[in-house]
Amino acid sequence: MNELVEIAGLTKAYDAQHVAVNNITLTLPRGKIIGLLGPNGSGKTTLIKMLNGLLTPTQGTIRINGQAVGVETKARVAYLPDRTYLAGAKKVSEILNYFCDFYADFSRERAMGMLQSLGIDPGARMNALSKGTKEKVQLMLVMSRDADLYVLDEPIAGVDPAARDYIMRTIINNYNPQASVLISTHLIGDIEQVLDEVIFMRYGCLLLYTSVDNIRAQHGKSVDAYFREVFAC
Amino acid sequence: MWNLDSDRPIYVQLVERLQIQIVSGQYAPGQKLPSVRELAAAAAVNPNTMQKAFAELEGSGLVVTQSTSGRMVTEDSDLIRNTRKRMAIQKAEQFFSGMKELGFAKEEAMALLEERL
Repeated sequence: MNELVEIAGLTKAYDAQHVAVNNITLTLPRGKIIGLLGPNGSGKTTLIKMLNGLLTPTQGTIRINGQAVGVETKARVAYLPDRTYLAGAKKVSEILNYFCDFYADFSRERAMGMLQSLGIDPGARMNALSKGTKEKVQLMLVMSRDADLYVLDEPIAGVDPAARDYIMRTIINNYNPQASVLISTHLIGDIEQVLDEVIFMRYGCLLLYTSVDNIRAQHGKSVDAYFREVFAC
Repeated sequence: MWNLDSDRPIYVQLVERLQIQIVSGQYAPGQKLPSVRELAAAAAVNPNTMQKAFAELEGSGLVVTQSTSGRMVTEDSDLIRNTRKRMAIQKAEQFFSGMKELGFAKEEAMALLEERL
């Protein structure tokens, strides 16, 4: 029960030619900030969707807190999808109410604090916000939960560098030894300083799972530079 | 945010930074240090990495843990002085090896140092 996520022999095949995730076995501990890295089409989002019960594995199992993915695990996993799902006509404050209602672990106080730091008006309607601001609202909602696992699919791609720094600080300040954060991103250089560990995926397979400082010590280069070398086209 | 190199292990750089802050007296002997969490946020690094840096500093004795009041800088001023000396020697060696790369003999390098004083 101590391991947060246990993935065994996990495979997702959309059809015989398209195996998006290929026989991954992986255990994620608690108290870590983990980067999920790989080129486009390497299976990151498919893996993330299976962790959240949005896709059913073709083979293999996922256990979170020792439980199969389902209602109980969804209550403990805070998920930021790679695209928006919030109704455009709603005000930010209405969405806050919705989250309060929906998730027992949602902290309105934390959410209001983040809105204030980011200068977002709770009275604004979602469809009046810029793309980047919408992304900030979504991330703020996810990070305001007291979850065991935070799964962030491309959380910083659309936001400006200053907001990226704020988001990174939020993740650090939110650090909890019982919880882990899994972040999928292409902006490795921007986040590697806050990562403990990185997962490299290629063609749906697990290529590497190691610590950031191991890569730096072994190869004398940043994770970003090492990624460019491993996945050079 | 601390300025860190991207090609060297992060915790090694955190250890160096904290060592400099201690031997230069920014943190005085016996002074209480900020918490791991506070320093991690200030440096914009992972709290586990900051924790690892602290473990290393505790291993060398520069930082001591007191169960009641958290972590503080050692009161062993000899240890601090020796660490400072060791770090200074390292810097000096780096200087001379850099000058050697540029084709400077020791005497030339020394002359340049004098000139720049």
